[in-house]
Parts: sequence; C-alpha cells; structure tokens
Amino acid sequence: MATEKVIMAGFGGQGIMSMGQLLTYAGMVEEKQVSWLPSYGPEMRGGTANCSVIVSDNLVGSPIITNDATASVVLNLPSLLKFEQQVIEGGNLIVNSSLIEIKAKREDINVYYVPANQIAKEIGNDKVTNMVMLGAYAEITKIVSQDSIVEAMKKVFGPSKQHLVELNKDALKRGAKAVR
Amino acid sequence: MAKILMKGNEAIAEAAIRAGCDCFFGYPITPQNEVPEYMAKHMPKTGGVFVQAESEVAAINMVYGAAGAGFRVMTSTSSPGMALKQEGISYLVGAELPSVIVNISRGGPGLGSIQPSQSDYFQVTRGGGNGDYRIVVFAPSSIQEAVDLTIKSFDIADYYRNPVILLGDGMIGQMMEPVEFNLSGKTNLPKKDWATTGTNGERKPNIINSLALASEDLERHNYKLQKKYDEMEEKEVMHETYKMDDAEIVLVAYGTTSRITKNAIDSLRENGIKAGLIRPITLWPFPNKAFEEIPKTAKSILVVEMSMGQMIDDVKIANEGRLPIHFYGRAGGMIPSPEEIANKAKEIVGGAK
Repeated sequence: MATEKVIMAGFGGQGIMSMGQLLTYAGMVEEKQVSWLPSYGPEMRGGTANCSVIVSDNLVGSPIITNDATASVVLNLPSLLKFEQQVIEGGNLIVNSSLIEIKAKREDINVYYVPANQIAKEIGNDKVTNMVMLGAYAEITKIVSQDSIVEAMKKVFGPSKQHLVELNKDALKRGAKAVR
Repeated sequence: MAKILMKGNEAIAEAAIRAGCDCFFGYPITPQNEVPEYMAKHMPKTGGVFVQAESEVAAINMVYGAAGAGFRVMTSTSSPGMALKQEGISYLVGAELPSVIVNISRGGPGLGSIQPSQSDYFQVTRGGGNGDYRIVVFAPSSIQEAVDLTIKSFDIADYYRNPVILLGDGMIGQMMEPVEFNLSGKTNLPKKDWATTGTNGERKPNIINSLALASEDLERHNYKLQKKYDEMEEKEVMHETYKMDDAEIVLVAYGTTSRITKNAIDSLRENGIKAGLIRPITLWPFPNKAFEEIPKTAKSILVVEMSMGQMIDDVKIANEGRLPIHFYGRAGGMIPSPEEIANKAKEIVGGAK
C-alpha cells in the first residue's frame, strides 16, 4: 500500500467533513501518515462541500489533491460532475445512487454504485448515509479496517454520543456489503 | 503522549494555552476564526483571559497593556486585520513588550479573498509599522510545526522582550493533521522585573513607553534594540533542506508552498532532474547561510510563492548574485500544483542546457 488520496464530496449537511475526519482518524489509529483538508470558501447554504484526505505509509507532502485522486466518493450530482475527472486511471469512484441517477462516463476507472440513502433508511436513520459510503469505500480500498473506523468513532463522538456508535457501525457494515 | 487530530487553528490555540498564554485578544476574521473560538472556550478553564475586542486596533493595544503587566499574551488575525495592527506592533517593539502575533494570511491587497496566500511576506518581514524594528517570523509548514513554533514563540518573545510573529495561511489554519504537544521547557528566561505590576510602595514605578524625545536617548535605545536583532540573527535562524546534496536546481519555498514543492521535487527526480529545496522556517532572520552552502552542482534557483514575488527579494540578497534566480507564483488564493512547479523547473533546466 502506498498512498491513498481521496476526495469526498456532497452537499452541506450530508456529513462529508465528518466522514473525511473519521477516515483520517482511522488512519491515525493505524499509525499511518494522514492529512485532512476541507474546501472552504464563501459557500451558500445547501451548496457543495468537499474534503481531501490522504492516508499514506509515507510522510504526506502536499495535502492538496490535484487531478491525482486515487478515489472519489460522491454523494450528490454536482460532486459526480466535478470529481469524476479528478480520479487517476485505475482509481475508484463511489457513487451514491440514491441521489445520483446518471451513470459515470469514465471507463478507465472502477465505478461502484451504492444506494446509500436507501440503505441508511433501512437501518433506521437517514443521517448515517455518509457512514454507508465510508463503509463501501473502506471495503473497496482496504485502506483502513472497519475496526479502526469504529475506534475512531469512539474517540470523535465524545461521551454523550457513544450510543450512536452501534448504529454507525451497522451503516459501515451495510456499506461494505453493498460493494462486496 | 498519544497524537491527536487537530485543525491548524485549534492546534495553535491549544499550543498557546499549553505554553502558558494568560491572555488572548482578537477580532474575528476568516480564515483564523477557530483560534479565538477555541480560546473563548478554553481560556477560562485555565484561569486565562479571553476578550473579543471591538477591532484589531483595540486587540493589539490590549496586547500592549497585558504584556506590559507581565503576562504571556497572544493575538491572532488574518491579513487585513494584520494591516490594522501595524502601529501597535511598532509600539510593542519600541516598548520592548513580549507578545505572540499570529497571522493566518489570505489573499490581498485590500479586503482580498479568504483563500490561502503568501502575499504578506513584506508585511511581516519589513513591517508596516514605523521605525527601525525587527521581529522573528516563523512560517510553519505542518500542523505539528505550527504547534512547536507557537510554543517556541512565547519563549523567544520573553527572552528578547520583543514580539514574535507566526505566519500561516488559510491552508495551515484549516487543515487537520495529527499533533502532539511537547513543551520545550526553556527555564532560563529573565524575570519580568520591568513589568508594571504595582510597586506596593517598595520600589520606583516601572514605566512602559516607546517615547524618547531626546535624540541621544532614542539613539541609545535604537542601539540597544539593534543588539537584540543582531543576537536574533545569530541564534534564531531556522531552515530545512531537502535533497540538496546533488541538486542542479534549487527550489526555495516556505509554509504551504514548500509542501507542494517537495512533491514537485520528487516528481522531477523521477524524471532525472536533480532538484532540491531550501525551506526557510524563519522568514526573518532569513537563512542566508543556507545559500552559501548550496552545492557546486547547482546551476539555478527557482523561488516558488503564493504571491507575485516577495521572498524572492531576500533570496536575491542571500544569493549575492551567484546563481540566476527564477520565479513561479500564483496569487489571489490560487494554489500552485506540483505539476506547474515541475514544469517551470523543467523549462529552466532545459533552457540552461
């Protein structure tokens, strides 16, 4: 395993930033080198949000991903249109097919369609859509283990939200199953 | 200690608290808002003071007051706010008040943008305040380094009785990386017997002032300050070199840009071009010696900045006309890609052959 550079994108409120942070934290749990960089700017409410996460065995140089993403995880249509082209040849594109009805154009990358909102609803909470996508991503790339992500959740959620770990763990598993 | 994942701005704030910062004064501005946000939440827990001032001008003058009373004090801002603080910074130097000033810079001039930029190089190294003054300026390129240098800044400020500037940019402020907090443990700092802490009727009042109307007095004061600047130049210079041993082209970059430049250097080397990096960690004092030590293999220098070219002036001074100097910069919040930098280097190397 060399370096995983992933762009995660969707609209504000889909939990894009926290999904990226959990992955970063999980990488840290596994003692890998990590960085998390949010897009920030004069964004409007409901606008697009994205973050770049690098998980590597080696020191992270630039935390910026410029047309060299090893994967893109896209949760809404504008994100697919913007970030499909950033993935390198042979990379992975994971599409939230609950909200994105069109198919990806590229044929030189691996595309996975995950009905993430639908799966999240099935297990009882639309809010864990992001964890379904993260579960799928981790299953495909094997960059971090599910256990490390759960470990990260325990740290990030804080004492008052520990009861949410089980639900999120479930979402990770279902996401992984969807791409197996 | 186990590492934790933190945003640059929050990590700087936590580092300041661990370094014993007693007082924080600031005024909100993107992209550094997490610094005052974090301070507002955590300073009261350690018995510290947090004040959101009515303006940057007020904040820097509160710094003057608290530093004069002998407290460890910090303010943070971003470029246009830094511009407003210039008068206060000159006064802090004049009155010899230790303080830490953080600038998480953004695009300019004027109100500019909120995106990362390095166009405040002149502002921090030359200063917009009046008079003969110098300030140690640290430019971290990672969150860990931002933490270490924040802690160091407080010690250096106290040691020299001079402000210290920590210069980051929007990317350093907003990104997250694992950090740990190691206190340097500098214990031989002079006692603050000059501070205005109340005389109890037992000693003459201490006076904090930057006014000296008699020319002889002010010149004497200028010589005293200059002696401190000389010592800073001798002792506080910091830089890093990367793959310089056999470099044929020397790239020079600091902060955020240096990380991107390292990626460019790696890709250049994969293509058989021997590139190396000099990364100034202190922008003032500038690492002039690093340029004297450039190996004979080097044929040219390429300065990379997120500005239209500011540090290049210091590179020209340090280079003393030895090698031809080229420049690549992006501005306004645009961030150069490793590819762009590598292409510029290829163009230079190709042209030289």
